[in-house]
Amino acid sequence: MEAKNYPSNRLLLSGNHAVAWGVKLVCPDVAPVYPITPQTPILEKITEFQSQGELDMELLTPESEHSAMAACISASATGARVFTATSSQGLLLMHELLHYACGARAPIVMFNVNRTPASPWGFWPDQLDSLAQRDTGWIQLYSETPQESLDTVIQAYRIAEAVGLPTMISHDAFYVSHSMEPVEVPSQDLVREFLPRFEPRYRLDTELGQSFGAPIDQATWNRSRRDIAAAMALVADAVTAAGEAWGELTSRAYGPLEQYRMEEAEVVIVTMGSMSGTAREAVDAMRERGEAVGLLKVRLFRPLPAEALRQALAGVSCALVLDRNYSPGMGGILHQEIKSALFAMSGAPRLHGLLAGIGGVNVSAEKIQQLVDDCREVEPSVEAQWVE
Amino acid sequence: MELINYNDEELFQPGHVACAGCVEALSMRVILNTVGRDAVATVSPSCGAVICGAYPFSATKIPVFHTTLESGAASASGIKRALLSQGKPDTTVLCLAGDGGTYDIGLQALSSAAERNEDILYICFDNEGYMNTGGQKSSSTPLAAVTGSTPAGKTTRKKNLIEILAAHRIPLIATASPSHLNDMAAKVEKAKALRGTKVIIVLIPCLPGWGVADNAAVKTARLAVESGVFPLFEVEDGVHYTLNTEQRTQSVNSYLAQQGRYRHLSAEQVEQIQADVDAEWQRLLWCAAGR
Ligand SMILES: Cc1ncc(C[n+]2csc(CCOP(=O)(O)OP(=O)(O)O)c2C)c(N)n1
Ligand code: SF4
Ligand SMILES: [Mg+2]
Repeated sequence: MEAKNYPSNRLLLSGNHAVAWGVKLVCPDVAPVYPITPQTPILEKITEFQSQGELDMELLTPESEHSAMAACISASATGARVFTATSSQGLLLMHELLHYACGARAPIVMFNVNRTPASPWGFWPDQLDSLAQRDTGWIQLYSETPQESLDTVIQAYRIAEAVGLPTMISHDAFYVSHSMEPVEVPSQDLVREFLPRFEPRYRLDTELGQSFGAPIDQATWNRSRRDIAAAMALVADAVTAAGEAWGELTSRAYGPLEQYRMEEAEVVIVTMGSMSGTAREAVDAMRERGEAVGLLKVRLFRPLPAEALRQALAGVSCALVLDRNYSPGMGGILHQEIKSALFAMSGAPRLHGLLAGIGGVNVSAEKIQQLVDDCREVEPSVEAQWVE
Repeated sequence: MELINYNDEELFQPGHVACAGCVEALSMRVILNTVGRDAVATVSPSCGAVICGAYPFSATKIPVFHTTLESGAASASGIKRALLSQGKPDTTVLCLAGDGGTYDIGLQALSSAAERNEDILYICFDNEGYMNTGGQKSSSTPLAAVTGSTPAGKTTRKKNLIEILAAHRIPLIATASPSHLNDMAAKVEKAKALRGTKVIIVLIPCLPGWGVADNAAVKTARLAVESGVFPLFEVEDGVHYTLNTEQRTQSVNSYLAQQGRYRHLSAEQVEQIQADVDAEWQRLLWCAAGR
């Protein structure tokens, strides 16, 4: 589809600065933030935009991430459009309030830079921090590149506000957060057209007099979860709609999954985040040699687009899930999720789970090709295997 | 020139990875050696944690536990209670934390430990900002100072943590400066002999964070003391104040002028800071005179 005629600006940006540009274009009302490596360039860039008068936004710098998220929730409940960013320990410290944000149906957008949790201390790319939040009721999207991070921040507001759920986008520490690439920065007019002002129906408002979050009986609590489930059921379509509308304006369309060279694929690599870039290279090399290998990139992780995953993997003989995270006791989280998504599917692919790049160790395109070769020979096991 | 007079048992080793010229490493050396071998430390993420060393190296000869940013005083409490349960009441438990880990995210844990009067020696290396993450403001950052998150200068004053701690009526709160190492060692010695929560706040002029020349950290710290910006004093049981330096011999401007973070200040702003320092000095004199 042809893009509408909005000028864009091509800038050389790191992943984190691309996020900050996305925030500048959205111009949220309130942003409570707390610094943590490797998120700080997002914080410092939006602070710079704000102090130079280019971003009219209430910026709060509380004493901790716990308070940052608490302020996000109450600001959102007051009807503000809200942004925050964090990583690793910061996200983990927010955990209590992540549940709260979902229950309060606050359409906050948060950017998380995936980094190993302590102990021991490390600063390396690993998706455990955000994947460990999978039961908190946040929509979760994973980004592969600085461009995708910028585009997804903007789309995330449309998605979050459409369904009334908080949304978290993650990209990998350093591989994406600190690596530079040319990024198309759309115009303010384009973003204004894509993202009209937010008018929440319920809010803390002296005119309305509504209160939030008071204690309820069992049946009402139960109903609140069913409401969340109903909202979750709308997310995949909302992600598709936002991604397509974005594509019409920018020629860069997105969806819950991305299928790369999946035509007639016998073996499919399934992964998320920056690993997708390396897997793309591996797929190209193998296709070059005439091998029918494809890539299935999971962009929307929560809610898991189970139906779309089943369709994408129908007829594939072997799938290889690469997890850059380790859930002690049950292996890779994406592997667990894909296993459950394919439950009782007739003709499901043989599914291999591989713990690759845990703690940020490098996984090369050559390594991925070798993993594809190896998996053809062996029977898959229920537990994921460590990649040496 | 004052001779540094403390017993160096080499509990702090060379090869640490602080910035060259950092006085936090110097302070750590004096503090660890004054406390001695019978000590366990917990350190929260900060320059102090970096100085303690990255695996497989360690700059300290005492055991160090690396805890999380918000939990310093709680972590120290746990170590102390475990040692008590093992019949080792005399082992000093040190909590090493930055100002972010003390004034901000760790304040709740510190207040709770102080209220319980846990037997710990809490050292706050106060470099007036989050330096480990590249220099953002903390609530210890002074008025008008430029940081990564206050590009136009901070609009509020430094939090008066000493008064907050005094309200907990703990046995000892003291300030210390790397320009006055004997005073620092004496305070550590005194704290070590007391039971209960002791807090020493050490001013650390940070080379990149404050825009101070590589060889000027000690000088800057000395000017902070001599101008009265950072007076050396002690508060015992929350009420007994002792000023360790009774004269101010420098203007506040001589201190501010050392630092890039204040380069943008107008004459009026300097005057306002001088007036703040004067008022605080008067208040301290009044407290020290027993009111
Ligand atoms: C919960 C949590 N949030 C954020 C961080 C990131 N972080 C590590 S060190 C640090 C700065 C701490 O500042 P301070 O205590 O003053 O120590 P300094 O680095 O200045 O020595 C921050 C924000 C973290 N480790 N944990
Ligand atoms: S950043 Fe500042 S406090 Fe930290 S090691 Fe360097 S000079 Fe010392
Ligand atoms: Mg500090």
